[in-house]
Amino acid sequence: MPTMIEIKDLHKSYQMGSNALHVLKGLNFNVEEGELVAIMGSSGSGKSTLLNILGMLDVSDSGEYILDGVPIKNLNETKAAQYRNKFLGFIFQSFNLINYKTALENVALPLYYQGMGRKVRQEKALKYLEQVGLKEWSHHLPNELSGGQKQRVAIARAMVGEPKVLLADELTGALDSITSYEVMELLQKINDQGNTILVVTHEDDIAHMCKRIVHLRDGIIVKDEKIKQVRASEYVQ
Amino acid sequence: MFDLERWQEIFDTIRKNKLRTFLTGLSVASGIFILVVLLGFGQGMQNGIAREFAADASNRIWVWTEVTTKEYKGLNPGRPIQLRNENHAYIQQHFSEELEHKSPVFRVRNVQVNYGNEAVGYSVQGVSSGYQFIENEYMSQGRFINQSDEENASKVAVISNKIKREVVTKGEDVMAEFLDISGIKFKIIGVYGDMGGEREEERIFIPISTAQRVFNGADRINNLSYTFQPAATFEEAVAESIAVENELTAYLKEAHIVAPDDTSAVSTWNSLEEAKRYYSLTGNIKFFFWFVGICTIIAGVVGVSNIMLIVVKDRTREIGIRKALGAKPWSIVGMILQESIFVTAISGFAGLIASMGLLELVGPNIEVDYVENPSVSFTVAFTTVIVLIIAGAVAGFFPAWRAAKIHVVNALKDE
Repeated sequence: MPTMIEIKDLHKSYQMGSNALHVLKGLNFNVEEGELVAIMGSSGSGKSTLLNILGMLDVSDSGEYILDGVPIKNLNETKAAQYRNKFLGFIFQSFNLINYKTALENVALPLYYQGMGRKVRQEKALKYLEQVGLKEWSHHLPNELSGGQKQRVAIARAMVGEPKVLLADELTGALDSITSYEVMELLQKINDQGNTILVVTHEDDIAHMCKRIVHLRDGIIVKDEKIKQVRASEYVQ
Repeated sequence: MFDLERWQEIFDTIRKNKLRTFLTGLSVASGIFILVVLLGFGQGMQNGIAREFAADASNRIWVWTEVTTKEYKGLNPGRPIQLRNENHAYIQQHFSEELEHKSPVFRVRNVQVNYGNEAVGYSVQGVSSGYQFIENEYMSQGRFINQSDEENASKVAVISNKIKREVVTKGEDVMAEFLDISGIKFKIIGVYGDMGGEREEERIFIPISTAQRVFNGADRINNLSYTFQPAATFEEAVAESIAVENELTAYLKEAHIVAPDDTSAVSTWNSLEEAKRYYSLTGNIKFFFWFVGICTIIAGVVGVSNIMLIVVKDRTREIGIRKALGAKPWSIVGMILQESIFVTAISGFAGLIASMGLLELVGPNIEVDYVENPSVSFTVAFTTVIVLIIAGAVAGFFPAWRAAKIHVVNALKDE
């Protein structure tokens, strides 16, 4: 399997008043195509910072980050926006749907920024909504949807641009356990199709539904293990 | 600008935020409304002042004399100066190119005017034919005094509309009647009206030659009055009139042996100089109105800017999401800016149309001294539109810039 993400000696610190807070202290790891990786750690372990750097929303102080052979460095905002649009799909804890746009319009938004025409955009968005099982809900506003439905719309939105990597930040954090498993089942299905997914979580059961767990503590990787994946479908009737 | 997708985005946003957009627009609309109404009234004042000047020819000079105040060439101060026919004749000859209409004025004093058995309480003045144009009189009936009346010293009189209305009681034709001035019959040959209204219609005109001969005037004249030849521009006209005024005064002072620096013996009143003062006043008033109007718009723009800042703050999360999904900074700037310009322009047009409608409706009915038919020209309307678009861009720019600078991580942080 070709390497999708390559991280070498990644450092990041934040200036907090007079003293610097060293958040990432030299991370090294690779993610291969088609992997489903959980990044675990307590709050303050640096997992959100890592995700932000991987998502090109933040920049590291030193170290290398290579995404599918493309070195990610010295990006201006415009370039970063372009890369995010082309290479990455985001899934957030609080869904982050635009509340005055329908499910379909939300899903179609990344395609708008790709410069795709309205008609093609909507067709494609509808296809992805169908994949997450929400075709009938395409013209509903986010506040007419349940939490699980919202997250599935968000997953469709992350998928619609056909990114290289999906980045999910505590995607089940706002959901009850049954809905969480349903969402994880969907994520596993997407992974089965060969998509690379990184999941940041602090929930053990969610982490064990991935294929590999990277444990982070105080800015360093303490454990990086392949695990036997628990299929979420076992919990879902 | 012509990106259809962008417009759809903007219409979506506006449709979903009707009240906010409406309030934003209202402040701009009222700003433009105030500006246009102010400018309309500025124009109205200019029209009004022009009307006031329409009472007389606006390029007129008036000469009168008093007593000398300075000793000169052995002559004592306190000597009365009397204008005479020869003065008028000299000026008529020497300034024939600079002056258009010319007329001396002789005031007939201590006379009793009767029409039939009715006493007419108005003054009588002896004038030349040119006086009609100097005073801007129009003829309602008959004709004004002409050259041959003057040469023949005819006993004819011209009365005004006002006098006619007061004396004609039986519906008779006034043109067939006679006016009795101190026992001498004058045939009424015309009825005049004055642009300046009734207070300018209180004189009876007779030929100056008749006035001097019949009423013991010899060759005495009370006043000289002339109009200048029209010039290409207003500024030129003013400059020429001042030159002629000075020459004319110099001649009269020399002819009557008056010290050149004696300002009260021979006096002149030049309406062009006066008009210039009024026109520069209206210019200043217009400038002031623009100033106030622009300030109002600035207040509106600051309002829009403020609201757009709140909008940006409101939409911080949304903008964060858009940026995470791949929106480039300039697309965010464009989105906010275009929305701001669109809202400003549409509401500004609404204000413009409302104010122009008001001026159109109310303007012609306004009849106050110094204000007439307030209105705005196409140029002014066009200028305000340009001002609007610039205002919208300015109002939107800073909020848009702030929006583009939003940090995605912070924007998406859960509260």
